[in-house]
Amino acid sequence: MQDEELLRRLLRAKDRMDAASQEEWPVSRLARVSAVSEAHFARSFKEAFGLPPHRYLLTRRIERAKALLRDTTLPVSEIAFQTGWKSLGTFGRTFRDVTGQSPGDLRAREKATPHDLDSVPGCYVHAAHRPDLTIAVSEKRRKENGGTDSSSNTEVP
Amino acid sequence: MSQHIGVIGLYVRDQDEALAFYTQKLGFTVHTDARNGSYRWLTVKHGDQPGFELGLFVPGPPTIDEATAQTLRAAVAKGAMPPLVMIVDDVHAAYAKMKALGVEFTQEPVARFGSVDASFRDPSGNGWKLNQERRGAT
Repeated sequence: MQDEELLRRLLRAKDRMDAASQEEWPVSRLARVSAVSEAHFARSFKEAFGLPPHRYLLTRRIERAKALLRDTTLPVSEIAFQTGWKSLGTFGRTFRDVTGQSPGDLRAREKATPHDLDSVPGCYVHAAHRPDLTIAVSEKRRKENGGTDSSSNTEVP
Repeated sequence: MSQHIGVIGLYVRDQDEALAFYTQKLGFTVHTDARNGSYRWLTVKHGDQPGFELGLFVPGPPTIDEATAQTLRAAVAKGAMPPLVMIVDDVHAAYAKMKALGVEFTQEPVARFGSVDASFRDPSGNGWKLNQERRGAT
């Protein structure tokens, strides 16, 4: 089991990503927040929270994009920009890979579905819509394509 | 009010540290601080809710075996315990005051959903949401 004091410092890095998921969070920056060496950070974070830091960040960005699609009328391109993507194409592709539908389709479906979460604090409603990304996006993509996708193994973002 | 919740406990990593935090930074006062050997029953109360005690407990023997206690302490440090919500009159004012006292905020005040909310953690890792009544609510 990991040292509690280390876990508390790793939580600080997770909190910082939560607070500003649209920002860039390279390992060097996260490691500094946690006062851990860069060499140990990613492994320690994954051991503590069950997924690597960059994938955790991705779940937060997708969660936020979903909320903005549902709760606002902002154009998809603006939502992509606000949630930290530099390219609309990458956002759309990643969003579809993670959620199984395009941003536009999700928006149309959400708007057509009544919700009864009005009495739950907003941040917890958002958390309930966070994708459960237990495997890498590239892996998910490969599986859904029947293992024929030979594109990059690099995870996004 | 004769029937109500009396005590709800939090797990903390260190009772002295938690007591200092909840009394000096959040304005709670001690309700009960009773020791029996290494065991310490420690609860605090909020000014507006004198009948409600917030327990500040360290998981460990003799009430919980060491292995289980270790798991619980790790869960607290990872921020995995359930959310806590504190209602104040003015989130911006409470934020400014608490921030000046060194409280670790994880989210600055944001106006949304007809209210204002902010988030902070206690030294152990327990996460609190700071919220104010919706405008127009009774």
